[in-house]
Amino acid sequence: MSTALQNLVNQPYKHGFVTDIETEAVAKGLNEDVIRMISKKKEEPEWLLEFRLNAYRHWLTMEEPEWANVSYPKIDFQEIIYFAQPKPKKKLASMDEVDPELRRTFEKLGVPLHEQKLMTGVAVDVIFDSVSVTTTYKAKLAEIGIIFCSFSEAVHDHPELVKQYLGSVVPSGDNFYAALNSAVFTDGSFCFIPKGTKCPMDLSTYFRINTEGSGQFERTLIIAEEGSSVCYLEGCTAPQFDTNQLHAAVVELVALDNADIKYSTVQNWYAGDENGKGGIYNFVTKRGLCKGVNSKISWTQVETGSAITWKYPSCVLLGDNSTGEFYSVALTNHMQQADTGTKMIHVGKNTRSKIISKGISAGRSSNSYRGLVKVGSRATGARNYSQCDSMLIGDRCEASTFPTIDVQNTTATIEHEASTSKIGEDQMFFFAQRGIGSEEAISMIINGFCKDVFVHLPMEFAVEATKLLGLKLEGSVG
Amino acid sequence: MINKGSKVLLEVKNLRAEVAGVEILKGVDLTVRAGEVHAIMGINGSGKSTFSKVLTGHPDYTVTGGSAMFEGKDLFSFAPEERARAGMFLAFQYPVEIPGVSNSALLRLAYNTLQTERGLEELDPLEFDDLIQEKIKVVEMDPSFLGRSVNEGFSGGEKKRNEILQMAVLEPKLAILDETDSGLDIDALRIVAKGVNTLLTSDNAVVMVTHYQRLLNYIVPDYVHVMDAGRIVRTGGKELALELEARGYDWLRAAA
Repeated sequence: MSTALQNLVNQPYKHGFVTDIETEAVAKGLNEDVIRMISKKKEEPEWLLEFRLNAYRHWLTMEEPEWANVSYPKIDFQEIIYFAQPKPKKKLASMDEVDPELRRTFEKLGVPLHEQKLMTGVAVDVIFDSVSVTTTYKAKLAEIGIIFCSFSEAVHDHPELVKQYLGSVVPSGDNFYAALNSAVFTDGSFCFIPKGTKCPMDLSTYFRINTEGSGQFERTLIIAEEGSSVCYLEGCTAPQFDTNQLHAAVVELVALDNADIKYSTVQNWYAGDENGKGGIYNFVTKRGLCKGVNSKISWTQVETGSAITWKYPSCVLLGDNSTGEFYSVALTNHMQQADTGTKMIHVGKNTRSKIISKGISAGRSSNSYRGLVKVGSRATGARNYSQCDSMLIGDRCEASTFPTIDVQNTTATIEHEASTSKIGEDQMFFFAQRGIGSEEAISMIINGFCKDVFVHLPMEFAVEATKLLGLKLEGSVG
Repeated sequence: MINKGSKVLLEVKNLRAEVAGVEILKGVDLTVRAGEVHAIMGINGSGKSTFSKVLTGHPDYTVTGGSAMFEGKDLFSFAPEERARAGMFLAFQYPVEIPGVSNSALLRLAYNTLQTERGLEELDPLEFDDLIQEKIKVVEMDPSFLGRSVNEGFSGGEKKRNEILQMAVLEPKLAILDETDSGLDIDALRIVAKGVNTLLTSDNAVVMVTHYQRLLNYIVPDYVHVMDAGRIVRTGGKELALELEARGYDWLRAAA
């Protein structure tokens, strides 16, 4: 690979700064006492402590999954800090009470916390290390019955809803990392859209890991009641540390009859340096349950960060005529490894699913699509369409596809398309010879390759995603 | 058409270049004036294609000596995209496929980049569509090709026609056609040649790199150069090509 191409791909990470803020963290390591202490600090009800302890005991019996196409040294779970929060902790009545240092951090990241400054009308919940810092537009949303708050607040103010739905989509023993999360999760976002309500603004959570050596284990729960709809956005960044940090989140979505949830992520966790030192291990369980008839859940993700990504946002299509969608762009550069995809589980009749996955590999990275389309015996008339495209930039990267199709009903219609293309020096020279510089060429190629996914992102996110991919790839071609 | 008084577009002197440490060009001299058509012929490995790539700045090749001036400016002080914007065009021997990028989007970006370079207004998609609908007639291309990804799934002939379409849109001062005739059937060859002839004026010039005399029946050269072992060993008129057709290259190689 020529230097021109390399320089283009290798842009430095812009969010790698550390905020100098006093944090309160428990000692590293995990045992039942740590879990009891987290629960106590958060003044949780007894049933939630039980939920955590059950998950922890189950986790102890589980093995770390090794089937993914990624490799990394064994994680020492006793070396992780399981709880860190900015100090001092007190109830914030308004945005103005947010620690100015914290506020500056988010301003630097381009996340405005002042409600009057939020031009686009997006309500934001901000999670700094393990704790929700603030949620904007809360009062306004409450007027129409929408609950949008931190997970901790939801536990206190709406325990019946949390108790009813927590773990109903991703059971506490679902997998190794989901069990770990269920034991030690510290905060996250909670969102409830009541019957017949169309959420008037996009809801957004912004995650930031700041403390070195800490893990982030957040929990997001979104419930859309009958006939309601919501569009949810998630963004993530982290400082640049030489050590790896673990991010093991669980996201659960529940859509009742005729409800519609659209969940979009732009993930830009620190990916480590070009030799693979440092970076986030992003081991996340995201699943949506289309519980009601005609319900719809749509995942859109743009994955650009993390040293390792292990993530399969999935849909369980339980209600008849329900729809699941997965639109994904995963970009890996340098030494990054991504094993990502989706599961579409067709249970109800006439359920439909659509998978569009675009993997871009550059540098010496490895990028895998892993997917499961499962049609149960009762899922008469189920339909799936999958398209998995890979693009290789340069000649030292790797792309793999692992699609699994399991059909137990003969009336199902399944389509799968796949392609692999390569961008190298010859393509870049062709663009140059037509007068088009490398940055514009890359952005044109990426936009062309990803347009089927980008059209599903909200406008601001689409712009951000395009810019982000361009930056990530600067210097990688040529 | 030869007009000794017309402007010199390209002046190459004693050009030497190597790829991966191996010297391929060993002192090439060539002068191209506006209005002229040149053919560079020679056997495989004689340096013809290398010459076209060195002039347009392919990163695999390193210039090790000599000079090349384009309209009086040192060509090698400019990046490949700057050379293109200055009016130098290469029709590729093996056009690459660009998945996901439509032909029309590529053409419009390339065209508008040039417009900006020349201090002219960019065209919006509708205005550009008017322009492109005219241009595709030059190469007798179906408009459906505009919406398809660049060269993806195109036949060999369609790819070459697509190169000439790009040339028609960008209207270069100097077009280098690198074995544009290879792999073309007789109909495609006629269409490509007609396209090139339509675009020729007294202000621009064409350099054709080719193995065969066949193309020269359709695009008639003012000069025929024979390249061998990295040098131009013989220059003549169009009749030289006929002589090569009849006698082969060996007599010239021996003479050199």
